[in-house]
Amino acid sequence: MFDVNEIRKDFPMLNGKMMHGQPLIYFDNGATTLKPQMVIDTVCDYLTNYSGNAHRGDYDLSHEVDEQYENAREIVKNFINAKRKEEIVFTSGSTDSLNLVAYGYGKTHLHAGDEILLTVAEHASNTLPWFDIANEVGAVIRYIELDEQGRLTLDNVKKAMSDQTKILAIAEVTNVLGYKAPMKDICAYAHEHGAIVVADGAQSVPHQKTDVIETDVDFLAFSGHKMCGPTGVGVLYGKYDLLCETKPTRLGGGSNSRYNSCGVVTLKNPPYKFEAGTPNIEGVIGLGSAITYVSSLNMNDIEAYENELRAYCIEKMKALDNVDIYNIDSTGAIAFNIKGVFSQDAASLFNTYGIAVRAGQHCAKILDEFLHVSSTLRVSFYFYNTKEEIDQFIEVCKKGDDFLDAFFG
Amino acid sequence: MHSLDNPQILREIIMDHYENPRNRGLVEDDSYKKVNMNSDTCIDDLDIQVKFDGDVIEDVRYDGEACAICTSSTSIMSELVIGKTKEEAMEIVENYMNMIYEKDYDEDLLEEAIAFKNTHKQANRIKCATLGWNGLVKLIEESEE
Repeated sequence: MFDVNEIRKDFPMLNGKMMHGQPLIYFDNGATTLKPQMVIDTVCDYLTNYSGNAHRGDYDLSHEVDEQYENAREIVKNFINAKRKEEIVFTSGSTDSLNLVAYGYGKTHLHAGDEILLTVAEHASNTLPWFDIANEVGAVIRYIELDEQGRLTLDNVKKAMSDQTKILAIAEVTNVLGYKAPMKDICAYAHEHGAIVVADGAQSVPHQKTDVIETDVDFLAFSGHKMCGPTGVGVLYGKYDLLCETKPTRLGGGSNSRYNSCGVVTLKNPPYKFEAGTPNIEGVIGLGSAITYVSSLNMNDIEAYENELRAYCIEKMKALDNVDIYNIDSTGAIAFNIKGVFSQDAASLFNTYGIAVRAGQHCAKILDEFLHVSSTLRVSFYFYNTKEEIDQFIEVCKKGDDFLDAFFG
Repeated sequence: MHSLDNPQILREIIMDHYENPRNRGLVEDDSYKKVNMNSDTCIDDLDIQVKFDGDVIEDVRYDGEACAICTSSTSIMSELVIGKTKEEAMEIVENYMNMIYEKDYDEDLLEEAIAFKNTHKQANRIKCATLGWNGLVKLIEESEE
């Protein structure tokens, strides 16, 4: 197991960054994560020392860029245990990846009457593209019921599936409730019944070991910035055959092998047909570096340590009588409210103590139908957080009634 | 110490209007003009109604879901502008916005609204403290068209 105090030295923002006059305690890792020096250096190295274009020039510089860019693809492939690197498409993030599946695959494969299964805990990015596609092709959106705790279970998947079900679009770990979906079982059941599974991995891939061969998931979307990488870069993993059947949603330079004035276009093979235009080269190379960094800590150890942090925090929160917790036994983010305090007001109070905590609906705007509260606070940890930070957070929870102090602090 | 500089008093003003908002609740009356104000970034979401009698603001109503800062600032706004002419109300709004954005303002015009003079210290709350006020401005401007 890694030493968290050693790890923290790698993050400039954990060494001197102040918020509201206090050392920053960053508990909004579900939104984005802090960057280690290694990633910053990798991005700067590209910008400083070899900032040419990829897949273009016939000179050494461009070749060097190509090597680094494709090396990042290899790193991602190994990280999620994909069969081949051509199954790794670089996108601008999870949202972009999910849109690519919806418009590039869903739109060309769904027919009127086909069903798309979601849950009410899905993020807007795994909901709105499907609403739009359903409208366009006449498909039907249905919801897999969550169990009492808010979990997605295989039993409820079975109940929701019908002969018309063609696509299940579900988060591997949901962004507010944080429960882990039994992906392997769900994929096996879906495949037996002729459906494919699109997984939103934005909140899972950064926090646990990912193995797309073991789960047999068909598409998996995730973002770089939620795992110590730069913003504006992410990945769509897709089984190679499915990527071949997926239509690019953007066309242009780099995605075609030839075309003529009659409009006959020959596209490249995946993943290149999806990467039209100059890609986010420093982002991709930075993502490779971020994956190298988190892998060096061991994903299983990261998961174990975060579970330990969460359990510690939950125990302390349970001892407070002014806190409502909505997902005590989950493993991801903690969704809660301070009794009688509007979430936005409480978040301001935490801000006053230098603690970054998210308030609101967290881009899951139909989850309130399940939780019966319109908004919540959310704390989400990463491997660089500590129990000492949690202790300070707990002290501020106790001050909840004084939330207006924040306004005058 | 000037009582308006006492955070405890400012705090009590806000809590009082949060817990007992004045003029809250919408009315079914077509003579009221209505606007929905919601924040893109947080959950504040208020409907605001204003009834004009010629040039005078005869009534202000509002309802919806909003945090303490948004609710109380709207409540105070409603008390301040009822019975005022549009021009007087706009002068109050202008002074309020000047206070929020750290410019010169006349605190006598703002009465209890000076409770929000520290809003700039929590910049993320500026939207909360101005949502209802901006709704009023919108309705006044629309009534002039």
